[in-house]
Amino acid sequence: MNKKNIRNPEKIVDLISIKKSFDKIIAVNNVSLGIKEGEFFSLLGPSGCGKTTLLRIIAGFEKPENGDVFINGKNVNSVEPNNRPTNMVFQNYAIFPHLNVSENVGYGLRNTSLNKDEIAQKIEEALNLVGLEGYHKRASSALSGGQRQRVALARALILKPRVLLLDEPLSALDKNLREQMQFELRQLQKSVGITFVLVTHDQTEALTMSDRVGVMFNGKVDQVASPEEIYNKPQTKRVASFIGNMNFFETQYLEKKSKTISVSHKDLGNIKLLKSNIFGVDKSKLTIGIRPENFKINNKNGKKQPKSFNAKVVEKSFMGDTMLYGINLRENDHHTYRISISDIKNTPSPNIGEEISVYFQEDDIVAYYEE
Amino acid sequence: MKKSNKIFKVIVIFFLVFLYAPALLLPIFSFNNSKVISFPLSGFSTIWFEELLYENTLHNALFNSLLIAISSTILATILGTLVARASTRYIFYGKRISITFILVPLILPEIILGVCLLTVLIQLGLDLNLWSVVLGHTLLITPFSTLIMVSAFNNLDISLEEASLDLGMSSFQTFRIIILPMVSPGLISSLLIGFVISLDEFIIAFFLTGVEPTLPVYIWSQFRFPAKLPSTMALGTILLIVSLILVSLFEYFRRRMELYNYYSVGLDQK
Repeated sequence: MNKKNIRNPEKIVDLISIKKSFDKIIAVNNVSLGIKEGEFFSLLGPSGCGKTTLLRIIAGFEKPENGDVFINGKNVNSVEPNNRPTNMVFQNYAIFPHLNVSENVGYGLRNTSLNKDEIAQKIEEALNLVGLEGYHKRASSALSGGQRQRVALARALILKPRVLLLDEPLSALDKNLREQMQFELRQLQKSVGITFVLVTHDQTEALTMSDRVGVMFNGKVDQVASPEEIYNKPQTKRVASFIGNMNFFETQYLEKKSKTISVSHKDLGNIKLLKSNIFGVDKSKLTIGIRPENFKINNKNGKKQPKSFNAKVVEKSFMGDTMLYGINLRENDHHTYRISISDIKNTPSPNIGEEISVYFQEDDIVAYYEE
Repeated sequence: MKKSNKIFKVIVIFFLVFLYAPALLLPIFSFNNSKVISFPLSGFSTIWFEELLYENTLHNALFNSLLIAISSTILATILGTLVARASTRYIFYGKRISITFILVPLILPEIILGVCLLTVLIQLGLDLNLWSVVLGHTLLITPFSTLIMVSAFNNLDISLEEASLDLGMSSFQTFRIIILPMVSPGLISSLLIGFVISLDEFIIAFFLTGVEPTLPVYIWSQFRFPAKLPSTMALGTILLIVSLILVSLFEYFRRRMELYNYYSVGLDQK
């Protein structure tokens, strides 16, 4: 293979055909991925999907068996972590317990030619950046979880890396603090303008914070796109079911036209699918996916919408801003599909056991060829 | 619940008395102004301690013991640290079995160890001197050092090392600034316990010492002279106090090591 040493400079991190396995278990399987300069990029996936391994390959802690890692246009395959323009925030923060806050934050400056005053100045700036003014002399053992994370952030950002790598940084925090830190991290990324690469298994975290998300399963990246696109047009069935909720229906293939494909379902009737919403390798069988919020309930006495079907309510739960229903399509079919109603006031509120009529829009439907 | 607590209390008290009552006789008789070791006590005196000041053979034995204890403790701690580092950070063929063999001297009777070492040294045609005792004691202490250092390195979160490398430090700098300070309670523990073990070890020293006695060998030889018994007890008192101080220090550093571990994992302490 011809190893080019300079690549597209627009991509601050460029991974080419990366493969890595541990004891015959393939953690990362032939992944190619480009991360743009200045973006907030998330690697999202269930635990064990290889996302942390991929992050550690970027940092240099793991050496890929195959493939090339380019950072800032340079091949860094043989560059050790201490010479890469990346810094990492570890999952457990890895705060040095025998050093105080200042010593932790200024740790990476020991190898620079800066003098004492300059270092103190930089530590001051870094602490202000993460909202820890006046914590200089605090022992690291006297910090709370959120403070530890801020120290870890300041310590990594003080070196002005080209890429900041974050390994599940919010998973150890409680829910309120986590939500606050999600917001703060996003603000911080915008203000410093450094490329952030975040690893997480929490889809809300990935969707709310990122410019782009890469969704991984079993060592492969299924889709890389903006949060909206990932949510509205998930390109594989497993992405669709991992991100939010998705109702799946198996259908019969009817006919193919230039822009649409028609299918039929025994309960939903005939459906015209947009070709741009259909993913996978062309096969005869298609599974369609409809999000719970894309189902609406017909008013009992009003005019029925064109694409309607009948169902029976079997579950109902009030979530505050939404009402969730579980429905069965037939008497003898116990598969429960989900409906989520956000406009609670203007929608009928059927009780469990009631028969209802549900409608949907064909344009909202995504579809996958069955493997 | 309450009743069983009481029973445990009694057992603990009985155990402590059983363990320490004989040791308490040492200071009692060493301050007694009689040559005969028996009750009732005849009066207070520090004469037996003063006598120790003029025993030249004792001073030589003490010097020998300190030399052996310091050398073998340092050697064993270095070896134990290397073994512990290898066993906690690297995966290699035959790791388990080699660690097991390193720990065998823990359960091997010392007399067997002594006889084996003596045979080997004689077969090799080497002289018996203080350095052969250092060799034997290093063998004896290394398992303890290994166990302590394995626990020290296990407590050391690998992400701390990675964080240091990630922040631009070399492996050597990481070792000096992060690893060494963090395992230092373990190192000190290992040095203290090794020192105590070597200082009062008798059997191996007896086999391998040649013509220069260590302190325990000297004490043993003194029992042939009843007149020397009270001053030997005075010596015992000093050793008892020194040992207690060293073991307390050992415990202090061992606990500090555990605290380090506690703080480095990033959880709130509660």
